[in-house]
Amino acid sequence: MKILVLMKQVANKDAVLRINKDSTWIEEADLSFEVNESDGYALEEALRIREKVGSGEVVVVSMGPARAKSVIKDALARGADRAIHVLGDNVVHLSPFAAAAVLAEAIRDENADLVMTGLQSDDYGYAQTGVILAEILGLPHATIVIEVDASGEQLRVKRELESGWYQWYTMPRPALLTIQSGISQIRYATLKGIMAAKKKEIKEVSPNAEIAGQTSHQRIEKIYLPQKSKQTQFLGGGDAKKGAVELAEKLRTEARVI
Amino acid sequence: MSILVFIEHKAGTLNKTSLEAIAAAQKLGTDMGAKVSAVVLGASSLANEIGAYDVEKVISAENDKLADYTPDAYADALEKVIRATNPSYVFMSHTYLARDFAPKVAARFQKGLIGDCIRMNVDGGKATFTRRIFLGKLDADVVAEGEPPTFVTFQSGAFRGDQAAKGSGAPVESMNVEVGEVRMKPEAPFQEAKQAVDLSKADIIVAVGRGIKSKDNLALAEKLAEALGGDLAASRPICDAEWLPIDRQIGSSGQTVAPKLYVAVGISGAIQHLVGMKNSQTIVAINKDPEAPIFDIADYGIVGDLFEAVPVLIEEIKKLKS
Repeated sequence: MKILVLMKQVANKDAVLRINKDSTWIEEADLSFEVNESDGYALEEALRIREKVGSGEVVVVSMGPARAKSVIKDALARGADRAIHVLGDNVVHLSPFAAAAVLAEAIRDENADLVMTGLQSDDYGYAQTGVILAEILGLPHATIVIEVDASGEQLRVKRELESGWYQWYTMPRPALLTIQSGISQIRYATLKGIMAAKKKEIKEVSPNAEIAGQTSHQRIEKIYLPQKSKQTQFLGGGDAKKGAVELAEKLRTEARVI
Repeated sequence: MSILVFIEHKAGTLNKTSLEAIAAAQKLGTDMGAKVSAVVLGASSLANEIGAYDVEKVISAENDKLADYTPDAYADALEKVIRATNPSYVFMSHTYLARDFAPKVAARFQKGLIGDCIRMNVDGGKATFTRRIFLGKLDADVVAEGEPPTFVTFQSGAFRGDQAAKGSGAPVESMNVEVGEVRMKPEAPFQEAKQAVDLSKADIIVAVGRGIKSKDNLALAEKLAEALGGDLAASRPICDAEWLPIDRQIGSSGQTVAPKLYVAVGISGAIQHLVGMKNSQTIVAINKDPEAPIFDIADYGIVGDLFEAVPVLIEEIKKLKS
């Protein structure tokens, strides 16, 4: 079974974000990056399926500038067999449709049995590139998947619905799945894995310029810090212990919950 | 110019967030002089109910394959309705169901969604939609470009469903839609073993997030909950790591709560968490990152190390209570 896993590099969760001069995006200089959280779970699930099936190939696909190599290398160290890097400086800013269309061109000839990715990215948060990609490739899909049974002729997946409800779906392969975070515990890369990764193939491909150059259907006019919906009283002035003393008093006199 | 609102249902029962989408469409309709229609897929009796709202008409799209939700059938049906009615905008609520099939429909019009919007502003005939990016740390004002239709989904709570205006009875138009091959077969939805903990009835909740760092440190949060006489809860990463069972999870995929006091300890406040607790009466946030989105909705905030603040807080509460 050949499984393609789409992984995106995004700003580190704990990074302090600074807005750029034009207020259209963040300053990326000096920013630290990491793999998008749910994409990491998609890779783990793909590796587990390959192990359960006992044969097959896991191919990592990442679209981004040169820095995305670190995500690719990490995935190879965890056990992916090879990688495709759709290399471009501005591809991370493509609309979800354009991103999916470029990815479709890059992976179509792989004829994968399964395409997996995270349910959304932690930067733009579009939560739709996977579904659009499935539509372009003509594949059935399921989103927000938390369990995959790939042992049978048909694929059986458990989807998360809202408020604690779940549902199983059966569908033919090939198919595309978007994976929810927390589906399993993610493995660490071993030293052996890191060494082995150095010999694994990373194929660089250029994004299809015609598709990437299409006008986007949505454009960011400006980004800014969220307007506060509440006036927060900050306590302690940076001294956590002092803040705690003040908080207890506020909870008693103002909020009246003690 | 017209706006089409997708009405979501589960076996004929309305998903109330669809009323929020109607309210949003009515606002845009008033501001831009556009007519609002609604579409219901595979539930004709619900279509009649929706006719009570102030819309031009309700389209009841019908096909046997719409009895159970599948992305294939829903995408085919909605695409047909859009092609038949040519709306400028298609509005829906950003539910898990919409996330599952709406991008597929949009893709057939060579585009995606302006998704999960929290606000809409109309100025001089131009609509601007605001969405959260970077897990809620920043807001982005987005405008649509290119040919209609523009697909927009709204986050739950962005508009108030009870403000969807009623009308004098809109006509219901039946439309038989063609649906192609449906490749996925759904089984019946189910809940996992009945939730052991019903946090929705708790008066006081202490919730922990990533900032707690290890399972062993949960004891500290537990002591705080005990001192306050409250229940312990968590954000998703804590339950994903299996440090606490999933029935303690607050947020879109867990429980929705509105206690008198919600103490968020080491929780940054991703949107998925905030939707589950933002209606709490008093919100306290303790976090080392002053830019954490949780502070946007907190009444009281302590910026600092939770491992310094929480032990002192426990002692102070005990003092005040004795």
